Amino acid sequence: MEQKITLRVDGKERTLTVDTRTTLLDALRERLGVTSAKKGCDHGQCGACTVMLDGRRVTSCLVLAVAGDGAEVVTAAGLADGDDLHPVQKSFVAEDAFQCGYCTPGQIVSAVAMLREAKEGWPSVVSDDLDADRVVLDRAEIAERMSGNLCRCAAYVNIVTAIEKVTRP
Amino acid sequence: MTSPNETNEPSRRAVLKAGVAGLGATMVPFGAFEALGAEPAQAAGPVTAPPAAASRGGIGAALKRVEGPLKVRGAATYAFEWPVEKPAYLYPLLSTIASGRVTSVDTRAALAEPGVLGVLTHLNAPRLAWADEPEVALLQSDRVAYHGQIVGAVIADGIETARYAAGLVKLEYAAEPVDVDLRTDRDDLRKPQHAQGFGQLPGDLMNGAPADTSAGDFAAGLASAVHRVDATYTTPVQHHNPMEPHAAVATWTDDEITLYCGSQGVSTPQELLTRAFGLEAGRLRLISPYVGGAFGSKDFSALWGTLALMGARLVPGRPVKLSFTRQQMFTLVGHRPAAIQRVRLGADARGRLVAISHDAVQETAKAKQYAEQTVQASRSMYAAPNRRTSTRIALLDVPIPTIMRGPGEATGMFALESAMDELAEKMGLDPIELRLLNEPQTHPETGQPFSSRHLKQCFEEGARRFGWKNRARKPRTRRKDGWLIGTGVAAATYPSPRLPGSTAFARVDRDGRYTVRIAAADIGTGTWTTLAQIAAEALGVPQNRVTLQIGDSSYPRASSGGFSSGMNSWGTTVYEAARALHAAVDEHGGKVPPEGIEVTVGMPDDPRLRQYEFGSYGAQFAEVRVHEDTGEIRVPRLLGVFDVGRVINPVTARSQLLGGMTWGLSMTLHEETALDHRYGHFVNNDFGGYHIAANADVGSIEVHFLDVRDPHINPMGSKGAGEIGIIGTAAAIANGAYNATGVRVRDLPLTLDKFL
Ligand code: FES
Ligand code: FES
Repeated sequence: MEQKITLRVDGKERTLTVDTRTTLLDALRERLGVTSAKKGCDHGQCGACTVMLDGRRVTSCLVLAVAGDGAEVVTAAGLADGDDLHPVQKSFVAEDAFQCGYCTPGQIVSAVAMLREAKEGWPSVVSDDLDADRVVLDRAEIAERMSGNLCRCAAYVNIVTAIEKVTRP
Repeated sequence: MTSPNETNEPSRRAVLKAGVAGLGATMVPFGAFEALGAEPAQAAGPVTAPPAAASRGGIGAALKRVEGPLKVRGAATYAFEWPVEKPAYLYPLLSTIASGRVTSVDTRAALAEPGVLGVLTHLNAPRLAWADEPEVALLQSDRVAYHGQIVGAVIADGIETARYAAGLVKLEYAAEPVDVDLRTDRDDLRKPQHAQGFGQLPGDLMNGAPADTSAGDFAAGLASAVHRVDATYTTPVQHHNPMEPHAAVATWTDDEITLYCGSQGVSTPQELLTRAFGLEAGRLRLISPYVGGAFGSKDFSALWGTLALMGARLVPGRPVKLSFTRQQMFTLVGHRPAAIQRVRLGADARGRLVAISHDAVQETAKAKQYAEQTVQASRSMYAAPNRRTSTRIALLDVPIPTIMRGPGEATGMFALESAMDELAEKMGLDPIELRLLNEPQTHPETGQPFSSRHLKQCFEEGARRFGWKNRARKPRTRRKDGWLIGTGVAAATYPSPRLPGSTAFARVDRDGRYTVRIAAADIGTGTWTTLAQIAAEALGVPQNRVTLQIGDSSYPRASSGGFSSGMNSWGTTVYEAARALHAAVDEHGGKVPPEGIEVTVGMPDDPRLRQYEFGSYGAQFAEVRVHEDTGEIRVPRLLGVFDVGRVINPVTARSQLLGGMTWGLSMTLHEETALDHRYGHFVNNDFGGYHIAANADVGSIEVHFLDVRDPHINPMGSKGAGEIGIIGTAAAIANGAYNATGVRVRDLPLTLDKFL
């Protein structure tokens, strides 16, 4: 079965017809040519496909494209303003927070959304005080909140540093 | 040009603090944990590169990855992402038996599904002109040699349709009994032969080393020993799991045959595929500029290349896209073979080794005899007059194992370095002291000199930085908040080979711009940046005047990246091309004519390669915490000091070593693929079941280099950095866990049940 949907992807409105079995990730990559979001597992287990859907980070391989009709989607490509990189992207380059770069767009979208969550006061499993108004993002907090994004090149130590530096310019 | 790092004696000053700020030894990433006894973090020292070269982006410059801005936007193009017109999608069908034959194929329902373009099975697949390699011999017969072997594929207009229709293909099998039991008491164990270069060359083991060696009289030596250790260690099947699944996009028309294919090298698979499909040389072009991780698993890229090309033949005029699923990767792209290792050590009253033996029994596939150099490190690591090593393999109905980061030594050094710790413990000796006492002057078996071996300095520097002197000698003496705390150490070594068969092109334009072209690969290791640095230094020009081109089989042939051989092989070749280009410019009286000057040269032979032993070294330190009640194990701190020769780029080298050490942590704590002994399949075949280290599993990891040039290895003076980071980490952690708990775990991974 096919269905017509409209998505706002990285600021551009896109209308397309999709097979109802198509995931948001495949719609982006195979139909719209937006390959910034990566497929690592197609299973919700690696985070490579992380995008922001209406402002929240999601694994786009677990979202059906039809369920995203009308939604705003932001990938790592959309975080940059052309060649002008987002501060988190700049920090990833500066700290060498990747090697192969395949998990990286997902890490970056995840980090940007995570910083927003922390600002809104969301606690994590390693937070001492679940009711605190302010979250202090130390290395343990960052590592915990970024653990949904696997990196087999294992750049974790640099990823945490890159994010830490953005929080304390 | 003289500089501190061109001497052979590393001074403390010459040790790079490779860390960017924020990685000091006193950092406490693990909540309440406090760093144990570490000396205050040293201020980050300057990068000690030759000032002139470094400032011009030559060897030693701390350059950021040139493709970094592309990668952080997701704009680097990986294999599956190459834009092609109206692609068709191929979904592979995998066998559900481990041994036997396909007896019937019913594709009617699949072909009736709207959008399905074709079904490929052994009945209609193209007959290959050459199919001696299991890697390319897909769908050439009805034989099934392992569970999860490719037995067909569905090609359709959309991904969803291809995958759905794959479920409609009905295959029937005649199954044969399954034998997947790795045991040392099997009567059919055999000595590996002809495993070199994946069976292409006559050497016993994959890297050409002999299966067995001996010197002196091991039995008599052991009998004369005052202290003895005799222990058996086991390591399970492990899987590479690069984040980018193995993928290929094939276009086959009268004008072009192009394959975009994630690969550790483009030349070798291009040659294999050219032969398999009986093509004229150069007709097939294989392109792979960016690879989303490989770790050994993308050396077999001819396999998914073959399938994609077969698909493109079946649907003429349509490019075909193929990507394995995460689950399919567990059987199709190799694994680290399980091993059972027995290590025996005998020492005199002072701790000098008089006898060493290391015997390994490994699993391999009936489909292809892969045998790795698990015992190799024990041949060179320590001096002892009486010694032996042996390798035996069991041929089983399992998927084909292959090289995986640190092949051989990653598991072999877990055994040897655990046994050394056991010996030190028995004798009441400091484990570092025991190692330094047995440091050989020359290779203990061959008598050849080491080209450079600065293991002692690695230990001394590491001990100081880690705060080793504060460790509790007696196990199970430190605890805090219910956690038992210990520290462990281990040595690391990995050979630095040079692979033959690379060629490079160099060109200078009239305006003084240079182009260097070689079919090398960047699998995330930084080749785009580091090979350009080598080229700049070799040409004697700033790096921004050099354009590097790699990752395309239309460039001059290069060996594949693997075994920490990439920079040694490609860098040496690029140096030679630079030399030849300079000579050609001199022939033109130092002037570049309007059409420019070009040269293409092969890698030179160097007799010194046969006169010295080449290898990287390292000292690995670990702080380990084991929960007294639950057995949960955490590693809040790792520290490694490495002798990798001259460091080409401290930024990318540090990331490689950091990645290697994290792999070591991951293999120690998490990684194990379970094999179903009744049906011969891998059970936990996704990230839900096969755990790799996630961000929160990793604490502080410090990487330091001795930035000391190797005098003979290559013009750069650099040794391998890709594998050494993972070597010894497992032993350092297991030894630290013993120091914490008094429990010696000899079977990886170190799961909590083993401490209770
Ligand atoms: S591809 Fe979506 S989580 Fe892995
Ligand atoms: S950079 Fe390669 S997987 Fe993260």
